[in-house]
Amino acid sequence: MASATLTVRAGKDKPPPKTPGWIWALPPVALLALFFLYPLALVVQQSVQPDTGGTSLQPYSDVFASEAFREALGTTVWLAVGATAGCLVLGFALALIIAFVPFPGGRAVARFIDVFLSFPSFLITLALLFIYGTKGMANGMWTDATGAAEGPFQFLTTPWGVLLAEITYFTPFVMRPLLAAFSQIDTAQLEVASSLGAKPGRIVRRVILPEALPALAAGGSLVLVMCLNEFGIVLFTGAKGVTTLPMLVYSKAILESDYPAACVVAVVNVAISVGLYGLYRVVSRRVGA
Amino acid sequence: MLVHSRKGKLATWALFLVLFLPLFALPLLVILAASFSAHWSGAFPSGFTTGHYEAATRGESLTALTTSLVTAVSASLLALAVGSWAALAAASLKNGGKRVLDTLFMLPVAVPSVVVGLAVLVAFSKPPMILNGTRWIVILAHTILVTAFAYQSVSAAIVRLDPAYEQAAASLGARPSYVLWKVKLPLLLPSLNAAAGLCFALSMGELSATMMLYPPDWLPLPVQIYAATDRGSLFTGAAVAVVLMAATLLVLFGVSRVRTRASYR
Repeated sequence: MASATLTVRAGKDKPPPKTPGWIWALPPVALLALFFLYPLALVVQQSVQPDTGGTSLQPYSDVFASEAFREALGTTVWLAVGATAGCLVLGFALALIIAFVPFPGGRAVARFIDVFLSFPSFLITLALLFIYGTKGMANGMWTDATGAAEGPFQFLTTPWGVLLAEITYFTPFVMRPLLAAFSQIDTAQLEVASSLGAKPGRIVRRVILPEALPALAAGGSLVLVMCLNEFGIVLFTGAKGVTTLPMLVYSKAILESDYPAACVVAVVNVAISVGLYGLYRVVSRRVGA
Repeated sequence: MLVHSRKGKLATWALFLVLFLPLFALPLLVILAASFSAHWSGAFPSGFTTGHYEAATRGESLTALTTSLVTAVSASLLALAVGSWAALAAASLKNGGKRVLDTLFMLPVAVPSVVVGLAVLVAFSKPPMILNGTRWIVILAHTILVTAFAYQSVSAAIVRLDPAYEQAAASLGARPSYVLWKVKLPLLLPSLNAAAGLCFALSMGELSATMMLYPPDWLPLPVQIYAATDRGSLFTGAAVAVVLMAATLLVLFGVSRVRTRASYR
């Protein structure tokens, strides 16, 4: 590493530029190509040219025709869109309070959010099992209070359980850029608006929201991509009824050993995610967030 | 600032607590409480016990902890080396080249981790490189996944670097390699540290790609937690999860201590 980075820098400086700068970019790009791009290309190749031989789009038509795939595609998209919308609303409200109605302990909350981000997503589902599971806290309280045999909270193994977990886990990803954007807003603007008689709701709509739009757009599209790719939450939910595209890739490849089909689903998933991610990069560069 | 009346403020804070506590604080508390309790069949856990931790810190769970630590440390170091090299190289390129490198190295973020796992499995299960069934395939997949984050944070730090330092050093006759080693890298050290912490935390919690390719003798903690909950031992799962969180936090804390000392340079 030491000698390697030394030489990287050597390429940058102008006087006698014997080696152009891009030479120093080659080693890491070669590693990336070998260990990431080449495997991805193999997945695409496998999807049209299974090991059994022959090139055909048969795997694609088979997969597209299957009910399981269509259902997974639909579930993935609506879960991701729903979770993103939920994260945006919730994250905006919470960040607004932390930034503009400051309270003692607000900094601790901001620190807590950073810590929260460093934990894996499936912990949320694990916790929800204790809270809303059939024998969990909420149902326990209900049965204790009413004497009923079963509690009313049975949504955990449905898409709604996944939605709740995703909103919980991904909201901090929206709050962080929002808090950064809010700290740039000159509070004098708010005071002026307020002294001219604007109600809080109006200030939020006319002063704060326009300033926060870039951060909202950037955070929202990042969360959308992450929700499309989320696997741990769905796996831990353990529900047969909730299948998303990443889950389908896993079950086709590992449980059914049907690699061509897994590769087809993977290609579709990558196309959607990378397309959206490209959009996110364009949006965040355009708005400078 | 936004709400001036005392009543309004109190109402807003109450709203905040009502939204924040059940959604974000409760899950972590519940896992902690469950890891110490013997039963949980009513509203609250009952029967304090440390038995789950005994199960979680010996045998296969202890192996899983060391497995996770070894995987995360090696993946972070590799990712940091490749990521910062690429970021330094990209910073010296013109706009077009930098954009190409940015796109290439951020691509693993956009590709679903499960697909990264599938791709690595497909590519390295056949000659010339057979890694399938060894621990290296897990470390490789983790490295691919976290390199993007190392690249991103080091890139951002390079942009913020004041060029006056390296210009001053260069004007005094320092060779480029000397400037890099004695000026640039020390200034970047805090960011390199932060990037290492981020990579470590991400690798510790990585489940999606790992599920696709872990060999039977290399089970990281998240897989262990999944195995425990899948066979119904939720409490052991919770205890192992607490071990995972504690290990991650401890390392992050240590890394942040190093960072504060490095930033005095």
